[in-house]
Amino acid sequence: MHFQLTDDQRALRAGVRQLLEGRFGRDALRAAVDGSERQGGPALDRELWRELGEAGFFALRLPEKEGGVGLGLPEAVLAFEEAGRVLLPGPLVATELAAATVPGAAAGTTVVTRAEGPLVAWLDAADVVLGDVAGARPVRSVDPLTPLHRVPFEPRPSPPADTAAHDPAGVLLTAAEQLGSAARSCELAVQHARQREQFGRPIGSFQAVKHLCAQMLVRTETARAAVYAAAVTGDPLEAAGARLLADEAAVRGARDCLQVCGGMGFTWESDVHLHLKRAWLRTELGPSAAASEEALAAAL
Amino acid sequence: MDLEYSEEEEEFRSRLREWLGKVLPGLPPKPDPTDWPGRRAYDLGWQRMLYDAGYAGLHWPVDAGGRGATPTQHLIYLEETERAGAPYVGANFVGLLHAGPTIAAEGTEEQRRRWLPPVLRGDEVWCQGFSEPDAGSDLAALRTRAVRDGDHYVVTGSKIWTSHAEVADWCELLVRTDPSAPKHRGISWLAMPMDAPGITVRPLRTLAGSTEFAEVFLDDVRIPVANRVGAENDGWRVTMVTLSFERGTAFVGEVVACRRTLGRLAARARENGRWDDAVLRRRLGRLSAEFTALWRLTQWNVSEAQATGGVPGTGGSVFKLRYSHARQELYDTAAEVLGPDALDLGEEWTADRLSSLSYTIAAGTSQIQQNIVAERVLGLPKGR
Ligand SMILES: Cc1cc2nc3c(=O)[nH]c(=O)nc-3n(C[C@H](O)[C@H](O)[C@H](O)COP(=O)(O)OP(=O)(O)OC[C@H]3O[C@@H](n4cnc5c(N)ncnc54)[C@H](O)[C@@H]3O)c2cc1C
Repeated sequence: MHFQLTDDQRALRAGVRQLLEGRFGRDALRAAVDGSERQGGPALDRELWRELGEAGFFALRLPEKEGGVGLGLPEAVLAFEEAGRVLLPGPLVATELAAATVPGAAAGTTVVTRAEGPLVAWLDAADVVLGDVAGARPVRSVDPLTPLHRVPFEPRPSPPADTAAHDPAGVLLTAAEQLGSAARSCELAVQHARQREQFGRPIGSFQAVKHLCAQMLVRTETARAAVYAAAVTGDPLEAAGARLLADEAAVRGARDCLQVCGGMGFTWESDVHLHLKRAWLRTELGPSAAASEEALAAAL
Repeated sequence: MDLEYSEEEEEFRSRLREWLGKVLPGLPPKPDPTDWPGRRAYDLGWQRMLYDAGYAGLHWPVDAGGRGATPTQHLIYLEETERAGAPYVGANFVGLLHAGPTIAAEGTEEQRRRWLPPVLRGDEVWCQGFSEPDAGSDLAALRTRAVRDGDHYVVTGSKIWTSHAEVADWCELLVRTDPSAPKHRGISWLAMPMDAPGITVRPLRTLAGSTEFAEVFLDDVRIPVANRVGAENDGWRVTMVTLSFERGTAFVGEVVACRRTLGRLAARARENGRWDDAVLRRRLGRLSAEFTALWRLTQWNVSEAQATGGVPGTGGSVFKLRYSHARQELYDTAAEVLGPDALDLGEEWTADRLSSLSYTIAAGTSQIQQNIVAERVLGLPKGR
């Protein structure tokens, strides 16, 4: 057993981080938000999408003989964690899942989205839409970088079997984005807590602030172990559980980061709300938390 | 990232499993929890069996009489012994997990020869005399005085919350040897024989009704200078070696046990009708995710320790924070499954619920652990 990143996995993570920070750093993120404000909704950056495709972002799990990178779910999870850190917009998970079946998805020339329960993201921008989106109507999305449509949707009566049948890859790639976002929120909070001074000292020296930060790390690291392990085993139930922890780490992490940042955390200008809104959105994609919990309970 | 065990590791597991299958049925019946001499004899007897089979001090270095097993082998050992329902480390806890490793790391050749083999063989029990009435979280504020008198220290003061004091042969004792030095610099680590004149042990009753720990009063107790491990006034550093062991693999067996308890809780809920409550089912489902994650986090930390070849790192504090909380949540959920039966002390989970209350206090409170994580891992400035 060696449940740590291998050298290759570390290198992959560093490479993806470098690519994303260079191509979608903080300035690009804010420019995208501003653009969305001006145009009444975000635009998908097709060029960035193609660059991601060229870099193999969507093809990590595709076999080499099909033009992919030939790696596994753990590697894809590491890449998606980085995407979550920088809040990379777009139907990333749906496109990755379609890499083997939809021509152009792997290369980043075809943008794929799918209906996930009652919601579908990026419906207008996508080239290919999977699932039933009949009757979809646009909603004013809480996340300025994710356009949403609502699909008429009857929740199915037996959730447990439904979750077990769910492809663990989609669940885990979303969870990986949550994990990256949780880690980033923790970093933002810690940075702020070290710099901001009140009462003549950094607020990070106050225990009430310290303990918020410590719990952010605890939630992130516990979720990390869960998400990585589920990516290694590929077990749908383990993925369902890992996703619960990753959702919690991302949502609570952004909330606590907001609290640590004070009034600044409540501003549009801060990135905290972008993390929180995307984290909220991701918790609604895929099987519901209730279905995941029921599936885990049923297996006890 | 790899969760598969190697061939050697699997071989180690199957040999251990086979041995456990052979010896466990022949064990004497478990003593009553209030029968301390009986508990001591039972725990030491088990340690002796481990010793004879070559499993004693598995994670200790070879030159200290241990087996020099890898962290992963140690993990497998703890997992398998728990699965098989083998006895807990019990009264051997301090000897095997605190005092022993400290002596192995910091003791002289003579000290190692004197104290380590009896721990491994199950001949001697140790207790830990660190906490004092006025020195808990602020351990370095301890005041028990040791004054040099020829080749002895004369020790006066009192210790509190000393687990297993009633049945211990030795106590790893922290004393103040230089009251004028800054508080961390005037402390020494002594091995105190528990039968020395001047020691009074007064058992304390816990909220569970049992006497798991005690007050220890020290009145002019003479301890040979030769019993000091490490240099005089260097006891704080020596102690930190011990505490980092405490936060390592200490909870592996318990995580395995919690996962099994969760399964039994579900079975009970299906029996008594509580399963119809969706809120309770979901709570159990979430706990299942929680304990699976804690198991994975353990494997992560153990793999890290194995890679860095040493003492477990700060991952231990992250783990302890999460685990102690999860354990309390588990037994609160058990109470929900039991309903009114949760008030019956005859239910095993009622006793477990009571004892779980100590988890966020013992071995560094959750507040102190959060300080450690914030300051040492996240690099936030020290408070006042
Ligand atoms: C079951 C059990 C077994 C034990 N066995 C042993 C043993 O064998 N040997 C031994 O030496 N000790 C033992 N202990 C003692 C244990 O280590 C102490 O109880 C623990 O360190 C806390 O100290 P305290 O009880 O004095 O509480 P205090 O330190 O007085 O703490 C009281 C409260 O104040 C909070 N607090 C204190 N300082 C801070 C701070 N700086 N920041 C924020 N909050 C703070 C704590 O978190 C806690 O909530 C045992 C304890 C228990 C419960």
